[in-house]
Amino acid sequence: MNSKSDILSLKQTALEGRRWILKMLTEAGSGHPGGSLSCIDILTALFFHEMKVDPKNPEWADRDRFILSKGHGVPALYATLGLKKYFNVEDTLTLRKMGSPFQGHPDRNRIPAVEACTGSLGQGISIAEGMALAARMDHKDYHVYCLIGDGETQEGQVWEAAMSIPHHHLTNICLILDANKYQIDGAVKDVMDLGDIGKKFEAFGWNVLSIDGHNMEQIVEALQKAKAEKNRPTFILAETVKGKGVSFMEGVNKWHGVTPNKEELQKALAELDQAEASLQ
Amino acid sequence: MGKASRASFGEALVELGKEFKQVVCLDADLSKSTKSESFSKNFPERFVQMGIQEANMIGTAAGLALSGKIPFLCSFACFLTGRFDIIRVSVGYSNANVRLVGTHSGCGIGEDGYSQMGLEDIACMRTLPGMAVLQPADDLETKEMMKYLVKHQGPVYLRLTRQDLEAVSPANYKFQFGKAVALKEGTDAVVFATGGLTANSLQAAKDLEKEGLSVAVYNIHTIKPLDKECVLSWAKKVKHVFSAEDHNIIGGLGGAIAEVMAEAGSSAKLTRIGVHDTYGESGSPEDLYVKHGLNSTGVARTVKSVLNS
Repeated sequence: MNSKSDILSLKQTALEGRRWILKMLTEAGSGHPGGSLSCIDILTALFFHEMKVDPKNPEWADRDRFILSKGHGVPALYATLGLKKYFNVEDTLTLRKMGSPFQGHPDRNRIPAVEACTGSLGQGISIAEGMALAARMDHKDYHVYCLIGDGETQEGQVWEAAMSIPHHHLTNICLILDANKYQIDGAVKDVMDLGDIGKKFEAFGWNVLSIDGHNMEQIVEALQKAKAEKNRPTFILAETVKGKGVSFMEGVNKWHGVTPNKEELQKALAELDQAEASLQ
Repeated sequence: MGKASRASFGEALVELGKEFKQVVCLDADLSKSTKSESFSKNFPERFVQMGIQEANMIGTAAGLALSGKIPFLCSFACFLTGRFDIIRVSVGYSNANVRLVGTHSGCGIGEDGYSQMGLEDIACMRTLPGMAVLQPADDLETKEMMKYLVKHQGPVYLRLTRQDLEAVSPANYKFQFGKAVALKEGTDAVVFATGGLTANSLQAAKDLEKEGLSVAVYNIHTIKPLDKECVLSWAKKVKHVFSAEDHNIIGGLGGAIAEVMAEAGSSAKLTRIGVHDTYGESGSPEDLYVKHGLNSTGVARTVKSVLNS
């Protein structure tokens, strides 16, 4: 059961994650706020509720794995890992700076908690498949979570893996689509419409769950259902808003790859404070 | 009797499978051709049939490697090169302990024609930091190399042939990573050969001996990291250096040797024997080797014409 206080605490952590995303991106002066803010609620629910992990032992063999296939959303991952105390969250302010382990896209060689190098879209889901296969071969019960973007779903490799994972009866995978509706050149439906993506995955043999990707109760419930599902891999279609949580960024695609200036940051942080106050 | 290095690989993989439980194998609907079939029958629980999905296979192998497995991933060399970005990010950059096994390298595959020929694979793989590039010359070397590959840390590209290879290695052969193997000494020139061109170059050198030309032959089984010391010591000893490979002369072994010699300011002349920046075509392997000057007669002719010019 998920108590009300659990959910409240997750919501607070997600707000704190949003603060760090905005702070590190402002400091960096480049990067992707829109797609980081759209997935932070999901990442918070994964790392602070659902996943079996140990920040003191990031390479623990039995840990659940998380692959950020949409690698450009990495500020959300850094914020989550920092708040989870894999490292000092303040260090993320070196994002994208020379010599920083916080690379512009995930690099497993520099941060042990990062499971794979991603950023060339479409590749993370295959890596997740390999990790899930390894779990089965080793008779381990860990789960593998992979987050993809909706623009990313246009990549052919996603569909190779979408066909392969159910074929191999890998039920220990949960694929989450951060459907924030926009990609660099415009709305996903205009650039390359995904159509009824839930039905497509269902036709490929996935257990499909549709949720509001910003509703913490729904996220947590869907992740629990995914873990309980023993017949099929689970695909969570999370409807999200690009730039979620900052009024002037929400659904405005210019914030895909443009970072806030100091003034905009202050405005955004004030909004997040207000949101936190209204949680109580 | 010769044996194709893909066949030697298939036998060696089964032996490794018995000893090392972490060894797993993936294939994309070519297990009969890549010779991973025997492993699939012996260890079905450690064989993953990936269907015709090379990109997904490469990523899946990376995921297995990042979970402690030692995956041998098999396809034709050209189909792996074709998914270069997946190799670049999921395997190379991720430093995943994957063994990419590219069979059917070179124009020596014959009748299937260009679309099935790996003629750019060495060039591509060589550009990835940390990627070892290996090509055995015969059955014994393939098997010795395979024993080494379970211990090697980091990604590896293993280049194999469809066609039979004549034995060149001595019976007591031990594989040494990154170390060129002397097969014949000589004073007029040296041929650095790899894969199937090793036996052909050795035969060419023996034939040239009868004509009074003394040509050394080395087997370059490790194309990356290249045995620079060996290359440069010969570039000082002789005026003529030759590279011999069934690959485009651009970026392959010849390219690697050219880089090393040029940077060292070597005064020896390098001649690259290989496929001269052209697409392949259908034909018997023998006819194609005649056309591209890759059989022993062709190698001897090139060496002789350079030495006599």
